[in-house]
Amino acid sequence: MLAASGLGKRYRRRWALSDCTLEIPAGRVVGLAGPNRAGKTTLLHLAVGLIAPTTGMIEVLGERRSPAQLGRVGFVAQDTPVYPGLSVAAHLRMAGYLNPGWDGELARRRIEQLGLDPRQRAGRLSGGQRAQLALTLAIAKRPDLLILDEPVASLDPLARREFLRSVAGTVTGHGTSVVLSSHLVADLELICDYLVVLVASRVRLAGDIAALLASHRQRTGHQVRLDDLVVASMSQTGDV
Amino acid sequence: MIRFTWLQLRAQAAAVAGAIALLAAAAAGLLHRDDAVARLWLGVLVVVAPGLLGMFWGAPLVAREFEDGTFRLAWTQSVTRTRWMAVKLAVGGLASMAAAGLLSLVVTWWAGPLDRAALNQFATFDQRDIAPIGYAAFAFTLGVLAGSLIRRTLPAMFVTLAVFVAVRLAEFTWLRPRLFSPVLLNLALNPGSTGYGQAGTLSVLFSSPTLMPNPPDLPNTWITSMRIVNAHGQVLSTQVLDSACPDIGRGRGGGGGGLGGHSKAPQAVVNTLQDCVAKIGTTYHEALAYQPASHYWPLQWYELAIFLGAAVILAAACLWRVRRP
Repeated sequence: MLAASGLGKRYRRRWALSDCTLEIPAGRVVGLAGPNRAGKTTLLHLAVGLIAPTTGMIEVLGERRSPAQLGRVGFVAQDTPVYPGLSVAAHLRMAGYLNPGWDGELARRRIEQLGLDPRQRAGRLSGGQRAQLALTLAIAKRPDLLILDEPVASLDPLARREFLRSVAGTVTGHGTSVVLSSHLVADLELICDYLVVLVASRVRLAGDIAALLASHRQRTGHQVRLDDLVVASMSQTGDV
Repeated sequence: MIRFTWLQLRAQAAAVAGAIALLAAAAAGLLHRDDAVARLWLGVLVVVAPGLLGMFWGAPLVAREFEDGTFRLAWTQSVTRTRWMAVKLAVGGLASMAAAGLLSLVVTWWAGPLDRAALNQFATFDQRDIAPIGYAAFAFTLGVLAGSLIRRTLPAMFVTLAVFVAVRLAEFTWLRPRLFSPVLLNLALNPGSTGYGQAGTLSVLFSSPTLMPNPPDLPNTWITSMRIVNAHGQVLSTQVLDSACPDIGRGRGGGGGGLGGHSKAPQAVVNTLQDCVAKIGTTYHEALAYQPASHYWPLQWYELAIFLGAAVILAAACLWRVRRP
C-alpha cells in the first residue's frame, strides 16, 4: 500500500529524510512513531505528493505520484489547517466541488454528530473542533488511504482521545488503510494495529503490534509495554 | 475549482463591486461634472486602483495559503495544483480586470466633458479608457507570483507594490514614448516666448540652466521631446550659450516676455534675454517630437496588450513555480 526505497529529501543543505526504505501493508491502521525531526512529516508529505523526492522512489496504492492518486488519498496535515474565514458549511461545499467521490451525506452527519454549527467560521473553532472538521473533509472524500500527520499534537487529552476514537470508528467497516504519525506512543497504542518506528530516516522497528509484543515476550521472558519497546528500539544504534 | 475559488473571493469581490457602484452613483448624482478637483482625485483613484488590487487581492491569494498552511489542504484534494493555480489566476485576474475596467469606465464617462474641454487627453492617458485593465491584470498576477515566491503575505504585498510602481514608471517614461515614431516639427526660436532656466525641480541637481522655449499650441498631443539644436542636430551647449550671451542669467528672473505671470523681471534682463535668443536663433532652432491625437487609441491598445502580455508571462511563472514540488 505504501512502499519506499532509498527515499530521500533534501532542503538546501539539510537532508530531512535520507535513504528510507519501508513497506506498509494495506488494510491496517499504522502508527508512525519516532522522535521529532526523524523525518515523519517529510515521509508523509512525500506520500501525499506535496513534495517530490530528491532520491529514491515512493509508491502509494500501487502507483507513483499521479493526479488520479489525489482523489484516493485523504490527508490531514499537521496543525489541521482549515480556512479561517470560511464557515464549516463552506468547507463542506468546497470539498464537494473539489472531490468527485465526495460523500456529502457522510460529512453532514459527522458535523451534526460532533455538534458543530455549520454557520460557524472555521477560525473560531476550538483546536479539537478544527481537527474534527479537517478529519471530516478527509474522510468524506472516501479515500482508500487516510494519512494523518500528528493530528492530535496540539489537542488536550480529552479532545485527543475523542479524535482518535472517531478515526478508528470511521475506518472500521470501510476497509480504509490509515497511516497516523505521532511522537506519543500512547496515542498510537489506542487505535493502531501496526507500528513503524522511524529514527533519523531509518526504520528501527516495523510490524504488527501484537506480534512485536509477543516476540519480545518470547525473547526476554517477560511482558513489556509498547511504550518501552519503542523507546528501546529508538535508543539502539544501528539497524534492527 | 472555479466555484471554490469564487467561494474564497466573493466577499472581497462584493466589497469592490459595491465600492465601484457607490462611486458610480456618487459620480452620477452628487459630483458636479465641472468639478476639477473631483476630476483630479478620481484620476488618482484609477491610477492607484490596479496597484491596490495587486497588493490586496493578488499577493495574499497564494501567500496566505502558505502562511495558514491551508495549501496542504487545497493541494491534497482531487484537483492538481496546476489546475488550482490556473483557476485562481483566471478568476482573480478577470475579477481584477473587471474591477479596474468598470472603475475606468465610470471615471471616463464622468470626466468626459472636462476632458474634452481640457484638450489634453494624453495627460490623463493612464486614468481613462482601456489602459487600466492591463495594469490591473499585470498587478494581480505580479501579486500572485510574489506570494508564490515569498510565501509571506506582508512582504509579498510590499514587493508587489514596489515592482508595480517601478514597472509603470519605466513604462511611461521610457517605453511609451518609443512605441510609435513621433511627428517631428522644427520651429524658429521665438524671442518673445523663450525663457531661461531649468525644466522641473529635480533637474536643478543634474543640469545647468539653458534656453527654454515655450511649447507651441498643439491640442490633444503629447510632446515627448523639445530641444534646441543647430542645423547639424547638435544640442545647444552651455559653452555655446555662454560665449554667445555672456550676460545671460545675471540678475533676477528669467521668464520670457509676453507670457504673463513672469513679467516681474526687470526690463534690462528681459532685453538681454531677447537679444540672446535672437542671436542664438540665427543658427539654432527648436526641434519638437510629439505624438499626435490620432495616436491616442493605438497607444491605448498597445498599452493594454503590453501589460496583458506581461501578465501572461507572470502567470506562466506562477504555474511553473507551483508545479515544482
